Amino acid sequence: MFAWIPLFPLLGALANGLLGIKFFSRKAVQAVGVGSVALSFLASAASFVALLRGSEDVLVARLFSWIPPSLVPLADGGTAAFAVDLAFRYDSLAAVMTLVVTGVGLLIHVYSVGYMAHDRSFARFFAYLNLFTFAMLVLVLGANLAVLFIGWEGVGLCSYLLIGFWFSKDAAAAAGKKAFLTNRVGDFGFILGIGVLLFVLGTIDLGSINRLAGEGALTKGAATAAALLLFIGATGKSAQIPLYTWLPDAMEGPTPVSALIHAATMVTAGVYMVARLHALFTLSGLALDVIALVGAGTAVYAATMALVQFDIKRVLAYSTISQIGYMFLGLGSGAYAAGVFHLMTHAFFKALLFLAAGSVIHALSGEQDMRKMGGLRSRVPTTYRVFLVGALAISGVPGLSGFFSKDEILASAFASGPTVAWALGVLGAGMTAFYIFRLIFLTFFGPERMDEAARLRCHESPPVMTVPLRILAFLSAFGGFVGLPHLLGGGAWFGKFLESSTGRHAGHLAAGTEALLMALSAGVGLAGIYGAYVVYVRKRGAPAFRLKERFGALHRLVFRKYFVDEFYDGILVGGILRLGRLAGGFDLKVIDGLVDGAAALTRRLSKISIFFDGRVVDGAVNGVGAVHRHASRLLRRVQTGYVYNYALAVVFGLVIIMALVVTVF
Amino acid sequence: MPILSLVTFFPLAGAVLLLALPRGRGKAVKLTANIVTGLEFAATLLLLRGFDPGTAEMQFVERAPWIKSAGIQYLLGLDGISLLLVLLTSLLTFLATLSSWKAVAHRLKEYYVFLLLLEVGMIGVFVSLDLILFYVFWEIMLVPMYFLIGIWGGERKLYAAIKFFLYTLFGSVMMLIGILVVRGHYGTFDWTAMTGAGTFLPAALQGWVFLAFALGFAIKVPMFPFHTWLPDAHVEAPTAGSVILAGVLLKMGTYGFVRFSLPLFPEASRKFAPLMVGLALTAIVYGALVSLMQKDMKKLVAYSSVSHMGFVILGLFAFTPLAVKGAVLQMINHGISTGALFLIVGVLYERRHTRLIADFGGLSSRMPVTAAVFLVMAMSSIGLPGLNGFIGEFMILMGVFPVNWVWTAVAGLGIVLGAGYMLWLYQRVMFGRLESPANASLADLSAREFATFFPLIVLAFWIGIFPKPFLAVIDKPVEKIVRIIHPETAAAAVGSGPAEVR
Repeated sequence: MFAWIPLFPLLGALANGLLGIKFFSRKAVQAVGVGSVALSFLASAASFVALLRGSEDVLVARLFSWIPPSLVPLADGGTAAFAVDLAFRYDSLAAVMTLVVTGVGLLIHVYSVGYMAHDRSFARFFAYLNLFTFAMLVLVLGANLAVLFIGWEGVGLCSYLLIGFWFSKDAAAAAGKKAFLTNRVGDFGFILGIGVLLFVLGTIDLGSINRLAGEGALTKGAATAAALLLFIGATGKSAQIPLYTWLPDAMEGPTPVSALIHAATMVTAGVYMVARLHALFTLSGLALDVIALVGAGTAVYAATMALVQFDIKRVLAYSTISQIGYMFLGLGSGAYAAGVFHLMTHAFFKALLFLAAGSVIHALSGEQDMRKMGGLRSRVPTTYRVFLVGALAISGVPGLSGFFSKDEILASAFASGPTVAWALGVLGAGMTAFYIFRLIFLTFFGPERMDEAARLRCHESPPVMTVPLRILAFLSAFGGFVGLPHLLGGGAWFGKFLESSTGRHAGHLAAGTEALLMALSAGVGLAGIYGAYVVYVRKRGAPAFRLKERFGALHRLVFRKYFVDEFYDGILVGGILRLGRLAGGFDLKVIDGLVDGAAALTRRLSKISIFFDGRVVDGAVNGVGAVHRHASRLLRRVQTGYVYNYALAVVFGLVIIMALVVTVF
Repeated sequence: MPILSLVTFFPLAGAVLLLALPRGRGKAVKLTANIVTGLEFAATLLLLRGFDPGTAEMQFVERAPWIKSAGIQYLLGLDGISLLLVLLTSLLTFLATLSSWKAVAHRLKEYYVFLLLLEVGMIGVFVSLDLILFYVFWEIMLVPMYFLIGIWGGERKLYAAIKFFLYTLFGSVMMLIGILVVRGHYGTFDWTAMTGAGTFLPAALQGWVFLAFALGFAIKVPMFPFHTWLPDAHVEAPTAGSVILAGVLLKMGTYGFVRFSLPLFPEASRKFAPLMVGLALTAIVYGALVSLMQKDMKKLVAYSSVSHMGFVILGLFAFTPLAVKGAVLQMINHGISTGALFLIVGVLYERRHTRLIADFGGLSSRMPVTAAVFLVMAMSSIGLPGLNGFIGEFMILMGVFPVNWVWTAVAGLGIVLGAGYMLWLYQRVMFGRLESPANASLADLSAREFATFFPLIVLAFWIGIFPKPFLAVIDKPVEKIVRIIHPETAAAAVGSGPAEVR
């Protein structure tokens, strides 16, 4: 049943990609593009219901043998037959992921019908978007690391294609490449991680890895190595320190792509992967601490950059990096379900924020610079209202979805994560509220700063865009209630549902502590909002530059993204290119020089022997020489006369050797 | 029916037929050549009908005395490894022929005759089981290739052709000496008798002979540092020549290792494995680095071959069944993806008469189908899962890891760099603004051109998604070779159950 989920988007991608571009009308393209994801969503919902009703926690669908068995030696001196099945696995975690991917994906597909209405490459866009959905579903359904990796790389390819969708734009093409290559660096770790697991366990099946890890088949060292290597892959895909720089650039892609791939789904693949292998990661306290610290560090670090951006999408991009940091903080604290919970609520509110930002951009004919916005509250009222819901949700205002998931993460971090990580998490929460309301105030409040032409054309988006926005706003507001904690009278249903696939979180807090933490995270969020209000609304003047005026040098450092891009481009990429040039020169001058030198030496030697030949031997075989001269003269007329000489020489040589062989033996 | 002889010499008959055609009948010549290579491909497909994948033994064996006094036999046979390579050869030769329809304008008859002779040599190499016969085919194949580069090549064709010729000749002479020494020990040139004898050359001698063979093979692969003939040959060769050069000729080197070096000199193979692996890893990283800075598309793809063939050598000399199978499959994969990449360069060259990356840019908007084909093949080349390249690379990396994880790590660097040069190339050629007016009216792929890519695209997906039929035929032969190298692994394998147990 669930194996059908990825099929529909694949068919949609094939139809639109192979036929749609040439033969389909726009109506047909959107029917195929949206319809296939709708079917996939229905299949996900049906599978989810079946899982709830059924007695099995895990369903496996083995399609066929992908890589047939081959022997490999193992770490313990034994041998295993390594084989990979093309198989899917469906459990509570997969259920959540497929619902998020197809559900949010469906809304974004619908929205795209409006957003991309005027684009020439309408069919290509939907083909890519469907292909992405397919790959993402393979990623979350894959039963082993190799199938997961198909999805992992597949989403990377689609991300590459969609970031560079407007490929005539150099920045877009470069951003696509940067995304792919940064992810490749992560994949380097990922592949080695798979290698470690295969070497010590003899299998890369996800279920088996968790089972064997639980049974203690893994030493702590091996678990740490595998976990950290896989996590390197996660930092690439999920844009964490140090492999996050591609994500802000990825905003070159169309906004629905930013919402679907670079906010709601693909970038959370690393979070999914860690949660999926929870038993492995749990074995290594070191790996968990690293994950928690990287997550928390990224959460704050990215938030600082979100504070100063003027491009509305880039604020959201840094915000995404920061929010994924929270998810990893949850995972690193051992609260896998909390990480996934935040993954889901984030998918709702961040997709909402991106799509609403897209609606703003759409309204302003492509303007993304918040310095040229302002006062849009009354001009795009629906967009404003849904944006506000998203902003409140991400700020962690009590009652909205982001509050529950973020609070759970912070509570878990407090209970069982490194304390520093928890403190960073709280700090980041305040910054989050501040930057997102800075965005709200700069965009929707204050004086209108756009130029006259944009002001006149400014309009609210059509229903095909606003309806998905409203639905996402609803989910952002109320989606958190599926994980309502016991303290507030809920049953923490979400975490319980995931228990069968991500295990139970051990850390428990006293009710009083939990309440205190809850109040703290709510208070920090509200404080951030108030701070933004004070800075950007209460004060008069040019609010956009307020931080810049106040903290000149620091602002410059943060605004220039801590010069990390410059470091990566100049030192790392530049270094590799220099190395390439060096190697190229070495190849040409040294290696090939030796070859040519040897050839020249041979030629000189042969000249000497020719001299010897001419004086001594030639006298005796004058007749032969004459024949040869005639032949040469003939051959010289042929353009490639020399060729013949060599060919003759070879054949002649061959004959001699053959003769030798025959006589010797 | 002597099917192997038929398959080997059918192109020769075609060449004779071409010679008999009157001059000036260009179209008839082209048509005949296409039909002959097409039929040849069909004939090699027929091999599949009688082939038994369940054995490591040589099949369709033909044996006849040739030079009796020297004990040289006309001995043909094939196992799964040679089968795949024969199929690859006949397919790529057919596609190369098809791709030449417009590209080659002068001296048509000679061109196609050489192409067909080349095919005879290549297939002969893959089915010969007598070492002298093997050597003869190995050398024969040089001659037509030499002319293809020397006559229909680019500006520096003579330099490239002579370099190619002398370099490879130098290597093969070493190999010949090795062959004679092997004959001294076994008293025969018969490969089947040697592998069946159960004895090997004495260790000290084995080392020297291994090196002699290795030199011949390494030049062909080409392994670092014997690779500099390759970029020159590629740049100067006509498109069809490049396709066959990269697609098939390079495989003769790795085939030589897997067919002769590993099973005949197992001890020396083990002893020199660190050297071979070291060179392979160097080639992987070095080739990728040099690719990065190339300005000429063909040179870039040529250096990428150095890097990719490094993977094959790495897999072969890891000696685990997984890695060796991956390496054999990767030979086929490289033929498919690199063959296609050279065809793409040919398509662009035919239109613009330049191969400089800087002369292109933004072609996606004018040539969307070309862009799509290029993308698929670039992805195949950089090992995207779901396409053929991944299966081979993944098997090699995983099969090498237990032997030495550092090897996997270094090879992994090559994968990162590989994506780098390939995507950068793609970006500079296909993306960006279409600025040069010369590119403003380029035509997309014609139906004929698309036909040359179509089988390669199908294969790329087929091997990527369902490689089982391809791996099934090499399963037994590879395990046999590994057993010879590592008798102890084989013993262990009997004890361990299938993967499902774990």
